[in-house]
Amino acid sequence: MGMRLIARFTARCGRLLLVLAAVAVAAFSLIQASPIDPVDAYLGPQVAQVSPEQRTLIAERWGFDDPAAVQFVKWARNLANGELGWSHVYNAPVSDIIASRFRASLSLLAIAWLGSTLLGFALGVIAGSHEGSLADRLIRLYSYTLASTPIFWLAIAVLLLFSVGLGWTPVCCASPPGMLRADVDWLTRLHHLLLPALTLSLLGVAQIALHTRARMLELMRSDIALYALAQGATRRDIAWRHGARHACLPALTLALASLGELFGGSILVEQVFAYPGLGQATVEAGLRSDIPLLLAIALFTTLFVSLGNAFADLLYRWVDPRLREEVRP
Amino acid sequence: MMPSVTATLRFDNRRLRTLLIALATLLALGLVLTGSALLGEQATRPDFQARLLPPGIDHWFGTDTLGRDLFSRTIEGLSLSLWVGLLAAGLGTLVALVLAVISTLGRPFDAAVGLLVDMILGLPHLVLLILIAFALGGGTQAVIVAVALTHWPRLTRLLRAELLQIINADYVRLSYHFGKSHGFVLFHHVLPHLMPQCLVGFLLLFPHAILHEAALTFLGFGLTPGQPAIGVLLAESLRYLSAGHWWLGVFPGLGLLLTVLIFDRLGASMQALFTPREAQT
Repeated sequence: MGMRLIARFTARCGRLLLVLAAVAVAAFSLIQASPIDPVDAYLGPQVAQVSPEQRTLIAERWGFDDPAAVQFVKWARNLANGELGWSHVYNAPVSDIIASRFRASLSLLAIAWLGSTLLGFALGVIAGSHEGSLADRLIRLYSYTLASTPIFWLAIAVLLLFSVGLGWTPVCCASPPGMLRADVDWLTRLHHLLLPALTLSLLGVAQIALHTRARMLELMRSDIALYALAQGATRRDIAWRHGARHACLPALTLALASLGELFGGSILVEQVFAYPGLGQATVEAGLRSDIPLLLAIALFTTLFVSLGNAFADLLYRWVDPRLREEVRP
Repeated sequence: MMPSVTATLRFDNRRLRTLLIALATLLALGLVLTGSALLGEQATRPDFQARLLPPGIDHWFGTDTLGRDLFSRTIEGLSLSLWVGLLAAGLGTLVALVLAVISTLGRPFDAAVGLLVDMILGLPHLVLLILIAFALGGGTQAVIVAVALTHWPRLTRLLRAELLQIINADYVRLSYHFGKSHGFVLFHHVLPHLMPQCLVGFLLLFPHAILHEAALTFLGFGLTPGQPAIGVLLAESLRYLSAGHWWLGVFPGLGLLLTVLIFDRLGASMQALFTPREAQT
């Protein structure tokens, strides 16, 4: 068992490296193909004030005159040495930007992930154990509606309600204007984090609730449930004693496997709340052609999401013995 | 046990519901398209006498900072969304079908498609969308291509499994024994069999395509600010929210939500009718 797990783990890692390499090549080619001139995008409206000589100097300094293949080899070699490059937009090393931005996003992502998993699971168990009841219908309606809601609009709506209308939470950013992030105590930080995190946590609820509901239905229609009912257990007993156990790991796996969607949601939510996280940096890098940063974010998020997927896969195999025995072709 | 005759005569609940949803979808589609035909001009015509009016009799959804009628802009935006979604979902389905056929050609092809699937699922959707839209320089076409190129993996997996079954079916083997060519078998036996799956896949893709188009546009990678797309309207609204102009942010998104919801439900009920095996959740 242990050996097989190790073998599976190494195979997974190999696959992950392959995927990362493929993403690196694809992302690089996509960026090379872009008709947007990085120097123009960097200069923005100031382009009129820059002489052609200065322009060529910038292009030369950044190495844009080299052929694409040469640029790629240079970039890959630097990457292998742990050198991600220099971000033009933030005027700092890319690795620093990613580290600091990801730290800001991580608390957002973590709260949202936990919130959506727990809420989705609870709703799924309640809906699935009382099939056809009012609660089930409401939860299903809620999930369907939520699944069709543009997350950035949801963010706008809660911003209007809680920040503009009721004034309970700040309108933007991760700290009060004029204050450095380091000087802000954790309560203020939490205050700024609360609304974006809650909005983001609503994103994943629908999928997990519907999935858990399906699992619960399966169980409630099974002989196990019938036997327990015959012994005098209530539906609620069955739901939480048998059903929740039956459905909790699939829900967790699903939650781990949907990290990509969560990150995508965080890009939009951070944009609405002007929250200085990795998502906002992604948009900024894309709009202002910060190529080293954009490439590094693509690789970093792939790693983040793929690790989630791999972990979900391992977890599933560990829980479900039928999958463990299966030999993959 | 119910006698089979009554079972076929009975107007099945699910069918009835699907029919109702389909009618509602058609109605919504008709409303949006005629609305955009009638109000299209109003959507971009500024009226400086009527700037930032709250919702009222004259302007149901209010007006924006240039005095443009928000209702017309929302309808126009929805019709833009529908067109973009239609093209993107159609292209996406086509990509899924082609890649599924390719993946059944042999082991190396299967492995290549598998790597592509892993790659697309490994990158967060929105990051990949941004990369592709960036590569194409933004604009409507870029959004369509980006959405089409990122939404195929699920459908490809489904179609691939289905294809593998069909290829090994007796009637396909028989066809080969009769000396029919690959092309003949593909177009006469395989593709017709896949049509329901493709249709359902397309319908399920459609709401996602609309949502992602709006998201990309909202972030500034999609449709240009001159077009009254929902994403543009919402991005513009951000500047006026804290000043209390709530209608700018609420109505366009609500319209988008309803449109997506109705198509999502249509897709799900079609799925339940055509391919009950996959429609469990």
